[in-house]
Amino acid sequence: MSTATTILAMSDGGYLAAGWLGAIVLVGGYALMTLRRGRKLSRRVPEGERRWS
Amino acid sequence: MSDPTDSIDPFDGASVPAHTGSALTRVLGLSALAALVVWALYGLVWSPPDREMGDLVRLLYVHVPVAILFYAGAGIATAASLLWLRGRTPGWDALAVAGAELGVVFGALTLLTGSIWGKPTWNTFWTWDARLTSTALLEVLLIGYLAVRRVDPSPAGGSVRASILGLLLFPNVIIVHFSVDWWRSLHQPATVTRLDPTIEGDMLVALMVGMLAGALVFAWLLVHRFRVAWLEQQVERHDLDAAVAARRAEGGLSPSTSTSTSEAQPA
Amino acid sequence: MWRDAALVAERDLRVELRSRVAINQVAPFALLVLVLFAFALDPDTGVLASATAGLYWLVVLFSALLAVSRSTSIDEVDGIRDALRLSGLAPAGVFLGKVAAVAAQLLLLEVVLVVAVAVLYDPELGGFPLMIATMLAATVAVASTGVLYGAVVSGVRVRDTLLPVLLLPVLAPVLIGATKAFETAFGAEGLHGWGWCGLVSFFAVVYLVAGSLAYGALLEG
Repeated sequence: MSTATTILAMSDGGYLAAGWLGAIVLVGGYALMTLRRGRKLSRRVPEGERRWS
Repeated sequence: MSDPTDSIDPFDGASVPAHTGSALTRVLGLSALAALVVWALYGLVWSPPDREMGDLVRLLYVHVPVAILFYAGAGIATAASLLWLRGRTPGWDALAVAGAELGVVFGALTLLTGSIWGKPTWNTFWTWDARLTSTALLEVLLIGYLAVRRVDPSPAGGSVRASILGLLLFPNVIIVHFSVDWWRSLHQPATVTRLDPTIEGDMLVALMVGMLAGALVFAWLLVHRFRVAWLEQQVERHDLDAAVAARRAEGGLSPSTSTSTSEAQPA
Repeated sequence: MWRDAALVAERDLRVELRSRVAINQVAPFALLVLVLFAFALDPDTGVLASATAGLYWLVVLFSALLAVSRSTSIDEVDGIRDALRLSGLAPAGVFLGKVAAVAAQLLLLEVVLVVAVAVLYDPELGGFPLMIATMLAATVAVASTGVLYGAVVSGVRVRDTLLPVLLLPVLAPVLIGATKAFETAFGAEGLHGWGWCGLVSFFAVVYLVAGSLAYGALLEG
């Protein structure tokens, strides 16, 4: 937990947190969305045609 | 993401898993995660605060790599559009939409981190800084590209209108970038959204690790998004075949065997 | 190719003359927006006069959206696209002809708007060579970009809402350049008006070429 306190103790800690967390949320959220789309679409395609190579 | 029945060769009779993961994405994903951890450590803990900006410089360790990846996404969309026009292979079209969508995500992130950095620096969330303004315009361009694709009446696998639109991204990016730069330089000296080029030591490491981590995350996302696009093409082709077969059945004809799906191999 | 362009330009302009859309709808719209700007920005504080260059080009841009939309819809009527494709007309010629027609309408509108702006906003006009050069360059830039993107969204049901989203960000550099050039013509210092006019001209050339090359594929696809 000392890393966390180091970060928060920095000047402008709030902005840093917003920026880094925002990045994680945005990219992570998009990643989850994409993975989920992949699963849903895969199920709709007959097994023989699911792979791309 | 990992599936115990997943095998490298999909045709060995084992059941093909219903997701877009593979050995490649596992390697990419794990490396990305490792790089992200190192990046966070360097960016937030191990590197020193900047002499002028203080700890705010740590936001730039996100902002700069992400901005580069934004341009990378747009570049991939353009290049893939050109390659589609030359060969009409559906795979290039899938790559184009994947690149564009990633570009939109990283563009939004560029704008977000830029604004967050701007608030404590210039006391305002938005400033008509050349970089931010260009990025905003280009983000709208990419969104427009995706919007056209969504309402495109052509069947899946790519279309001329989408690829021309993708191609046009290239001159647009260049012209917008330079116009806005020139425009803003008339009103204020070069802004400090760039890092000091003589950056060195742990700060440089933090930035480099950031680029690496960003690139790995980008690559991982690109592979998955490409496969999703490819699957969408498959679904649409499959639905089309089913509809045709149903029509033929109505007419009393036997359903013809579909030949289209076996040709749909990306380059 | 040039003869084909002349043919198409003539056809588009004749369609316009017969329907009078530009005269009856686009011009009033443009004048109306000019007036609306005065409502939005207090006319007494001199803001209108100092912002004239930018407001002028904004109105031109919005009007161009209508003109381009109209130009695109002419060829969306059933069978026209196929007729164009099979007619043996050079696609680049078709493109240039349409650009010429749109540019002609826009230029006419711009002249009217200069008069309107001079009357309504009371700015310090001047630098007419630069003004005219800018008007020519910007008109070609807007027309060529518009006809190209019009073809890209042609036939799509939401064409009218999609076109602005595509066209306006692309034309932002033209707006910036034309505005700066006009401001220089009106007497502002240190803005490199002729440089900006050059940029707009370069933009016009890029899109004339791009459109000429791409139009054939768009007619087919």
